[in-house]
Amino acid sequence: MKVCFTSKGATLDTPTEERFGRAPYFIIVESENGSFEAIPNPYADGSGGVGPKAAQILIAHNVKALISGQVGGNAREVLDAAGIAMYTYTGGGPVKAAVDKFTENTLIRS
Amino acid sequence: MKLAIASGKGGTGKTMVAANLAFTLSRAGQVTLIDCDVEEPNLHLFFPKTATITGITVPVPVIDENTCQHCGLCGEFCQYGAITVLSNRVLFFPELCHSCGGCMLVCLNDAIHEEPKRIGTVAISTPLPHLKLISGMLDTGNPHAVPVIRSAKKLAAGNPLVICDSAPGTSCPVVEALDGCDICILVTESTPFGLHDLRLAVDVADRLGIPTGIVINRSDGKDQEIIDFCRVQDLEVMMTIPFDREIAAIQSRGNILCQVQPTWQNEFTGLFMKCRDLCKGIK
Repeated sequence: MKVCFTSKGATLDTPTEERFGRAPYFIIVESENGSFEAIPNPYADGSGGVGPKAAQILIAHNVKALISGQVGGNAREVLDAAGIAMYTYTGGGPVKAAVDKFTENTLIRS
Repeated sequence: MKLAIASGKGGTGKTMVAANLAFTLSRAGQVTLIDCDVEEPNLHLFFPKTATITGITVPVPVIDENTCQHCGLCGEFCQYGAITVLSNRVLFFPELCHSCGGCMLVCLNDAIHEEPKRIGTVAISTPLPHLKLISGMLDTGNPHAVPVIRSAKKLAAGNPLVICDSAPGTSCPVVEALDGCDICILVTESTPFGLHDLRLAVDVADRLGIPTGIVINRSDGKDQEIIDFCRVQDLEVMMTIPFDREIAAIQSRGNILCQVQPTWQNEFTGLFMKCRDLCKGIK
């Protein structure tokens, strides 16, 4: 299953980003084997409507779960409609810390 | 002549200057005063009068789910994130839509048509024999001020003397209010915030190519920083209004300074003359 983590950078060692639509990177981890892909978010500096546009990236990459700090109303509506589960992570630290929390199944669904 | 009154910082006295200028000039000729601060219009408080109210609409797309093939072209095209196409349905966010019509143009299946959506109103009244007041008002919860401002300004097309009272700030609503104006009066106050935001507003007017003059309001006499800034920028301080308890009291009662203290009419006539000279390139 593909799981997306919002991140400030392109690796598992870069800090997590709490915002969804304006996150600089989406780190998409394959939960079966731990491999990942970093996708730069073209809407990070967009003027508006970035939430639904960013959600479309996740849909296009067949993501099934999103781990982020806060997801706005419009993005949430798109993600819900697309059946992408949302989990809240506000613990900071590198992306891999969030991956561990998700793997331990300790994150709360939002 | 079209005159815009803007400020950068909020609460410096744009509406006070606009109301008094319009009041004074309407004693000599026809004036149209437009409240372009459509998120918080307040000129009507100084000129209470029954108004004719008209709804303002913008076109928004309506998607026929039976015809739609969910190809996703409209969603890809929309730069505002207003349309998301899923495999079996389309999500539309009207508050993100800028009514550009692009989604309708790119649709290969004619599945999109437009319908009007109300976003605000314009109120037209004649509070004084030679004064027409046009107040734009954005509906609560609607984020798109610009089409309401545009509609309000369109209603004044061809009028000989138009005064546009802008919203504060430097964003799209201000640009829309200033667009097409011959002169911009920037109202500031002798505070660090007043000067900071004046710099931004001067930059906007400059980029729009509109000749600009300055009014210092609520002056406590310590205006040197603003005066120095204006000198460097080659901007004329056209008028200085003192920080005065009586002026504040008149204003807060909803009265017009020039009506209560008619000597101020000379000051505002003088302000208009300076604007006219600046417009003609005499300085």
